[in-house]
Amino acid sequence: MIKRSRLCASLALGITSFLVLTGEIHAAKISEISDSHLIEQFVRFFSFKDPSVRYAVLGSLLLGTCCGLLGSFIVVRKLALMGDTLSHAVLPGVALGFLWTMTKDPWAIFIGATIAGLLGTVVVHWIHTTTHIKEDSAMGLVLSGFYAIGICLFTMIQRLPTGNKAGLDKFMFGQAAALGSDDLWMIAIVTAAAGFLILLLYKEFLVTSFDSQFASAIGLPANFIHYLLMLLLAFSVVIGLQAVGIVLISAMLITPAATAFLLTDRMHRMLLYASLFGMCSGLLGSFFSYLGNSLPTGPFMIISASMLFTLALLFGNRYGIIPRKLRHLNRTHRIQIENTLKAIYRIREKSHFKEEAVSIQQFGEQRNLPIIEAEKEVKRLIKERYVTLSKSNLDEFNQSQLIYLTPSGWKTACRIVRNHRLWELYLTESAQYEPDHVHDDAEEIEHILGEATVRELERRLDFPTVDPHGKLIPSIIDLGDGHKAN
Amino acid sequence: MELIPTFDFKSFLTAPWIDGGWESSIWIVIMGILVNTACGLVGNFLVLRKMALVGDAISHSLLPGIAIVFLLSNSRSTGLMVAGALAAGLVTVWLIEFIHKKTRVKEDAALGVTFTTLFAIGVILISVFADHVDLDLECVLYGEIGFIYFDDSLPLIGIEVPWPVLQMAGALLLVTALLLLFYKELLVTSFDSGLATSLGIPVSWAHYGLMMVLSLVIVFSFESVGAILVIAMLIMPSVTSALLSERLPNILRLSVVFAALYSIGGLHLATWLDCSPAGAMVVCGFLLFCLVWLVSPRRGLILLWVKKLKARGQLESPSLP
Repeated sequence: MIKRSRLCASLALGITSFLVLTGEIHAAKISEISDSHLIEQFVRFFSFKDPSVRYAVLGSLLLGTCCGLLGSFIVVRKLALMGDTLSHAVLPGVALGFLWTMTKDPWAIFIGATIAGLLGTVVVHWIHTTTHIKEDSAMGLVLSGFYAIGICLFTMIQRLPTGNKAGLDKFMFGQAAALGSDDLWMIAIVTAAAGFLILLLYKEFLVTSFDSQFASAIGLPANFIHYLLMLLLAFSVVIGLQAVGIVLISAMLITPAATAFLLTDRMHRMLLYASLFGMCSGLLGSFFSYLGNSLPTGPFMIISASMLFTLALLFGNRYGIIPRKLRHLNRTHRIQIENTLKAIYRIREKSHFKEEAVSIQQFGEQRNLPIIEAEKEVKRLIKERYVTLSKSNLDEFNQSQLIYLTPSGWKTACRIVRNHRLWELYLTESAQYEPDHVHDDAEEIEHILGEATVRELERRLDFPTVDPHGKLIPSIIDLGDGHKAN
Repeated sequence: MELIPTFDFKSFLTAPWIDGGWESSIWIVIMGILVNTACGLVGNFLVLRKMALVGDAISHSLLPGIAIVFLLSNSRSTGLMVAGALAAGLVTVWLIEFIHKKTRVKEDAALGVTFTTLFAIGVILISVFADHVDLDLECVLYGEIGFIYFDDSLPLIGIEVPWPVLQMAGALLLVTALLLLFYKELLVTSFDSGLATSLGIPVSWAHYGLMMVLSLVIVFSFESVGAILVIAMLIMPSVTSALLSERLPNILRLSVVFAALYSIGGLHLATWLDCSPAGAMVVCGFLLFCLVWLVSPRRGLILLWVKKLKARGQLESPSLP
């Protein structure tokens, strides 16, 4: 994994520098392109002929990677809203950075914004530790307070003679098309730094994220790691300003990581997935905003990320809602079938397996069901080819349908009864349960026990033949061929 | 032109009332007080329930609700706007709960994903259908408390009262009435939901009711202070008062006082610096918070430092009996 991500990172860096070096510096603004056909636009976008498209795409890809990597850590640390706080808190820094040079110099803005962002996290920490104010209120306070200072500064800048043309409002919702080569270099450097630090300190990040007390106990500087992460977060927020905007950059941190969190349990895979999702949303976002001339990029990136999240939420293999629901239904269905088969086995057991057939009435009585319900259950079994039905022709007045177990039905029934009775025996013998207390427990576990466990139980109980209630336990031989020796 | 004009205490105090015409100033102050009071009262219960950031989420996600309603109806009627906002608020709360409960995603991430998505949808709708939606993004970001007045006004006992102020006053009355009516229920459910359940108070109804009231307050404050600054109006009065008192009724009263202070202080600040009045109100609130945080007689930082110094002094010179 580490090798792979190192490869990815170096590849991305390579492509970046190649494109930057070969691209013309004077980029035509995307909004100046007036193609109207969708396909033409599509081809034009993906041929990367326009340098501005190239910048936008590269910037979005790298930004997605960076946000995915860092976002994974804040999502597992339950700090997702710290990203939101941080992104609003950088606003006064952006304004001050602008005032410093009186131009939109990316480096001045970068420094100002990073300082403001870090100051924001420190103030949240102070409020939280020195007063009884809860962390969420502290975050809301800092978020809105800093943001308001930024707004005031912005409105003051706007009335300066140079301020009107500053285009600082592009920082609100982002315009990937306005990315310059300076911006791109900054994004690349921050992404590379984040990737490098995470690789270098992967173990430390991992331990402090999941168990910071343990981390402190084994001598890792948990606080240092926390603030390092905050610093990297501030960096990633700042590089995202130009492309995604202040208001929505926190979503680039949270959403791809939350999507990855739905798909895997392993941190290194989560990092990989999150950066992939981040890249996808970045690409899609810049593409959509390209289609609709000069629409803001940020919202489209977020919508793309949210669509991926929704897909993972619904269809994700392990934690998706639909697969889980299906698995649940499947399990209920199987348990019901197994219980039905068990009931048929019990009825046959009463006649010491002399009667091959079981009537639906008998079955209904055994399971305490009205005839209609019983017929439904049997139909399910027929569908699974566990039983066959035939009309009894013994008595035309009392005509009833007879149920015959097929070999596979017989085998499953034996397996379930065997599981049930072995478990009952195990509880009475090894756990000193009373024999009348074991049934409910066995009723649950019989559907779950695997063959290996059952063999082990059998071995431990020294190959028993009768359960605590004196009933025969179906043996391994019954499971092998089709019929019980009777 | 300088960025920060020279500070002159006398003109700082008088400028809003002399130079720009006191009429618009007084309406800004009144509107500010109404908005801040309504938000502050509801915000107290949010802060108590540790739901401060749910306020943040709802204030963002009302945007698509309002945008869709404006787009479909092609009008700007208040009733429709409120309906859209209430629907959007409920959808947000429901979505957050759904993601949080049905999957392994934690609550904070669920919140973050939900409101950013809805906000993004709103921004896209507004920028794509800019001609049909009478709502601009500037207003969402900065608030327009400074110049929405006198567009249309209503003569009331000889005074021309701007329509938005009337609306906000109505909303404030409604909110205050609802909070007074259900005060006991809100109190119990905020502090001890187990007790509330055993007393037969429907906890989830209280929750959704509060969220409806919150959406209502936010939608009326939206135009004046914008989607992001409204969070400050919700949280700041409550948090600042909580540093000064521990009884909820006192905190509620104090937050009304702070609401008025923000509004007046904000106007003076805005006139001095010539910046966005809504932003200045929040800056004023933030400064007041910092001040209270520093000097609060119960939990102030200065008190904390003094205590610390005293404790250190005692450690260094242990007095023997």
